[in-house]
Amino acid sequence: MSSPVLPAPGPARGPKRNGRIGGGLLDPKQVMRSLPDAVKKLNPATLWRKPVMLIVEIGAVFSTALAILDPSMFAWAIVVWLWLTVLFANLAEAVAEGRGKAQAATLRAAKRDTMARRLRPGSAAGDGSAKDRSVGDGSVGEGSAAEGFTWDVVGAGELRPGDRVIVEAGEIIPGDGDVIDGIASVDESAITGESAPVIRESGGDRSAVTGGTKVLSDRIIVAITQNPGESFIDRMIALVEGANRQKTPNEIALDILLAALTIIFLVATVTMQPLAIYAKSVNPGIADSVALGADGVTGIVLVSLLVCLIPTTIGALLSAIGIAGMDRLVQRNVLAMSGRAVEAAGDVSTLLLDKTGTITLGNRQASEFQAASGVAPADLAEAAQLASLADATPEGRSIVVYAKQAYGLRERQAGELAQAAWVPFTAQTRMSGVDVDGRQVRKGAATAVMKWIRDHGGHPTDEVGHLVDGISASGGTPLVVGEVADGKARVLGVIHLKDVVKQGMRERFDEMRRMGIRTVMITGDNPLTARAIAGEAGVDDFLAEATPEDKLALIRKEQEGGRLVAMTGDGTNDAPALAQADVGVAMNTGTSAAKEAGNMVDLDSNPTKLIEIVEIGKQLLITRGALTTFSIANDVAKYFAIIPAIFAAVYPGLDALNVMRLASPQSAILSAVVFNALVIIALIPLALRGVRYRPSSASKLLSRNLYVYGLGGIVAPFIGIKIIDLFVRFLPGMS
Amino acid sequence: MSTTVAGIVFIVSLIVVLALVHRPLGDYMYRVYTGTRHNRVERGVYRLLGVRPEVEQTWGVYARSLLAFSVVSVIVLYALQRLQDKLFLSLGLGPVTDHVAWNTAISFVTNTNWQAYAGESTMGQLTQMAGLAVQNFVSASVGMAVAIALVRGFARNRTDLLGNFWVDLVRGCVRVLLPIAFAGALVLVAGGVIQNLAEPQTVTTLTGGTQAITGGPVASQEAIKELGTNGGGFYNVNSAHPFENATSWTNWFEIFLILLIPFALPRTFGRMVGQVRQGHAILAVMATIALASVVLTNVFELAGNATVPQAVGAAMEGKEVRFGVSNSATFAAATTLTSTGAVDSSHDSFTPLGGMMTLTNMMLGEVAPGGVGAGLYGMLILAVVTVFVAGLMVGRTPEYLGKKIGAREIKLASLYFLVTPALVLTGTALAMGSAELRASMLNSGPHGFSEVLYAFTSASNNNGSAFGGLTVNTPWYDVALGLCMAFGRFLPIILVLALAGSLARQAPVPASAGTLPTHRPQFVGMVVGVTIVLVALTFLPALALGPLAEGLV
Repeated sequence: MSSPVLPAPGPARGPKRNGRIGGGLLDPKQVMRSLPDAVKKLNPATLWRKPVMLIVEIGAVFSTALAILDPSMFAWAIVVWLWLTVLFANLAEAVAEGRGKAQAATLRAAKRDTMARRLRPGSAAGDGSAKDRSVGDGSVGEGSAAEGFTWDVVGAGELRPGDRVIVEAGEIIPGDGDVIDGIASVDESAITGESAPVIRESGGDRSAVTGGTKVLSDRIIVAITQNPGESFIDRMIALVEGANRQKTPNEIALDILLAALTIIFLVATVTMQPLAIYAKSVNPGIADSVALGADGVTGIVLVSLLVCLIPTTIGALLSAIGIAGMDRLVQRNVLAMSGRAVEAAGDVSTLLLDKTGTITLGNRQASEFQAASGVAPADLAEAAQLASLADATPEGRSIVVYAKQAYGLRERQAGELAQAAWVPFTAQTRMSGVDVDGRQVRKGAATAVMKWIRDHGGHPTDEVGHLVDGISASGGTPLVVGEVADGKARVLGVIHLKDVVKQGMRERFDEMRRMGIRTVMITGDNPLTARAIAGEAGVDDFLAEATPEDKLALIRKEQEGGRLVAMTGDGTNDAPALAQADVGVAMNTGTSAAKEAGNMVDLDSNPTKLIEIVEIGKQLLITRGALTTFSIANDVAKYFAIIPAIFAAVYPGLDALNVMRLASPQSAILSAVVFNALVIIALIPLALRGVRYRPSSASKLLSRNLYVYGLGGIVAPFIGIKIIDLFVRFLPGMS
Repeated sequence: MSTTVAGIVFIVSLIVVLALVHRPLGDYMYRVYTGTRHNRVERGVYRLLGVRPEVEQTWGVYARSLLAFSVVSVIVLYALQRLQDKLFLSLGLGPVTDHVAWNTAISFVTNTNWQAYAGESTMGQLTQMAGLAVQNFVSASVGMAVAIALVRGFARNRTDLLGNFWVDLVRGCVRVLLPIAFAGALVLVAGGVIQNLAEPQTVTTLTGGTQAITGGPVASQEAIKELGTNGGGFYNVNSAHPFENATSWTNWFEIFLILLIPFALPRTFGRMVGQVRQGHAILAVMATIALASVVLTNVFELAGNATVPQAVGAAMEGKEVRFGVSNSATFAAATTLTSTGAVDSSHDSFTPLGGMMTLTNMMLGEVAPGGVGAGLYGMLILAVVTVFVAGLMVGRTPEYLGKKIGAREIKLASLYFLVTPALVLTGTALAMGSAELRASMLNSGPHGFSEVLYAFTSASNNNGSAFGGLTVNTPWYDVALGLCMAFGRFLPIILVLALAGSLARQAPVPASAGTLPTHRPQFVGMVVGVTIVLVALTFLPALALGPLAEGLV
């Protein structure tokens, strides 16, 4: 399978420091911009998607009515903060969406209404090379060219799948499609943000073009594959805006748990009323308070208690967490087609990684010259260099570079040697070399060079065979260097070509192992080579001589065992495997078939990104769990604030529960409500950024998060409510 | 030996013996429920019932079989009570009134054994033996069957089948409950518990009055009453009666019987899922909560923080002198931590905070260790909820024992833990909202409220013990508490079986370093935390207005 070529794998854009996933911070300007949206979201018709917040809103409406009927400073303060609670929740969502909207605006700018030159049926495109043909000036109406092209100029919106369009340098590609003729460099910065142009050509795995991108050179003919409005860029806009965001399976499950908790607390508060009435009635001497009268607990206090108990914190932030998770992917130039895929990424237990480009640098490099006995190493180096001058492949270049580095041989230019007959490397001969001064030098694949030696009357010794086998066994690729001088053919030695594992990969794979993820290297190499590289890179397993069918079979096998599989791919023949994988990341440089089949697209076409995607998926789930735990743990303190506030008057013993020594029943209840609202605002940045995540074992992660969000969740409100009470007690009407 | 030391010896010896016994018994039950052979008695029963024991059932069929069996049981038990004067061995007692009969029928079929009647003066010998005692066995076996079905849900993969209800029911009775109860009854007889079919004897008391002393098959009933965590006593005063519970060591032995099966089932669970350490974790959760509760109950009772106990030197009101404070407190904790509900002292007379412990034990959902079977499945549900929240915190879709906890699983688990609090709180609120119903309370103020709260907590959690003080054999209370018992028993069972079905269908997720380990102290601590926090959050307002208002001075 081919490896992505452009752009070169490099550091991902977007904030990433110290190996942990960062994210956007809360920008005050952005908060102000999101405020109108937050107010709009007060509409119950939209709020019903967040049932916990809908309950708060209903409570707020009810309290407002009560405050109007029986106004007091305390009642109005509670009412204001109840409304603020709902507003803060909406704000969290609006801010999260706002960041996506900004992204969408940039994309929309790329989606200008372009004109397209649609080829007429029967036009001659595709019957030969499109190069060197000139196209007539057909910019208006219709046109034709000497080679038999005829076209109509239509709006991009009229293109349908199957239409063929012709695009030249300087023009915008009108829609998604595959290049069926020609080759061109294309500026895809509109969608990828990467300014270096990429090559798009017909056939092969780099044929897909995206509507809205610009052709910089040459001319291509594109077969359109998408209807207008369904194009990649349209889908991107919809995704980053969160327009038709579906709740993910885990979000649904969490919603159910939150709903159940809400119902429990609803029952607990409502059924408290007859008990309160009874408690008041058996203590007739005690005067009515703001919290408790002959009719039981006052409506406003009952609502306050309910709002404090139901899991408002996580209920308010749940959707923002999901949107922000998608957004973090977008910041890393990955488009997830669904939130479900992001969630699945957190669960991945097997990672299939292509060797080339992901684990190793793209190409093999010369790492050693092994001279045959009786040959001076310097002679071998000189011959190897000479034979490789006409080899423009990266492997050939690396031999020249190595000869210079290791043996100090000056790099010679092909033109320096007069009367030299250069033999360039071809896939057929699998050799390159030079004939000069009656001497013939060749280097190339072992079998090819050996045969060449024998054809010239030479007899390669067993020693050479051993050298070749030794290199193969160590996972390297042996290239044999031979010469025919004075009519005598002999082998000079062997070049050791080696795959170079990218720096830091072993550490990454160790991290993966600690996270419980198995890494499998996929390669077309033979098992020997594959084993050596797998060992060097530190992956858990490898699949050698892999065909697309093998890949698919491997994925199926892993899934049979209950594992979730993630992979990257770019070729058309990867499509079935991408579709089968639970997380299939298609490279943007790949074919449309691959992009259709996967559930994510990496715009940077950087296969290493898979590891980051897994981390983002995990971070998303951790953030949800941490805030749920925090939210529930918070309730303990709120009980300690509100229960004595309501009942200490009738049962003085209950004042022992007022461990925070809050000033008065009013200030206690108000402080709890204020804390409950403020904690939402305080946690918005965390929801957007995600909980800190560092790859480690489940047990360690859990311990840390339990301390911070569980224990912290119990302790924080005791402190928070106390501090708020220190201020609130000075408000009028609080005693 | 001071009372404190005696109490400690009593508790420690219980722990040691239970620790020794839980393993062989758990292994034995594992073999009982996974075996494929049927003995002669069982084959006879299957032929009689027309059951094909080798055919396994889906969760739906399992649940329907269970419900059908329970409905028939209720009808038979109701009929036995209403017609007892027409049958033999009635001791000359008349038919039981309709609402009491309904309440009692539900009560014994649901393993609650709430007694809205006075045992020896209401039920004839036949009703006791053919009705109540039979239910003591089968209702306990039903609970175990449900727990085993849930465990099979975890243990099995890609199947709809959870086992055969009738086989599980019969095996539980024949191979587990009957032999242990038989041995237990012999021990109790040796300890002075009576076993006869004698007519009531009339004796003249020291003060010159006369008293009719009823004999009966007490020891045999007593053994299964404790072993099956039933709690329905032969005599009205239950295990406080010397004929039921003669000495301090029979008291110890009865507590041992109560805790025997519930503490052994986690071992069975561990064996069935193929990871004994998972069973240890569940056992550790149960033991932690139970020990904390026993210790706290003892502390509150021994401290005697109330006016009268301080005046007389110990909280002896309502306690038998032959047991003393500590042993009574331990019995009270054991009976409410399980769904037994047998009592050897009056919980109404406990110190407010001691009484609160008995209430809290039941509010925990009776999971530490809980009723036979019911405790295990309740605890597993809590583990599922814990895994869901904690599992998220390790960055994966939560899974427990290789099974994913998705929307369907969490829905069933959430509904499970919704049922009992909703029943308890709604029932209590209704009772407290009506002046007419409040008239049943013996005391007023927080203590009176505690009596009502206790009644609904006990019925909804299928405990069956009574705080006392509340007059409950009124039509309203009989019907309302009967409904609480029925819903509190069968709704959770249906949800548990549905969950089992959903788990069994799944393919297992292999464990890796990224999986939340569910056998470490960390997880044990979390389940304990979740259990306590959930209960505290649900019931704190009610507890504040009852025992806390009374006890915090």
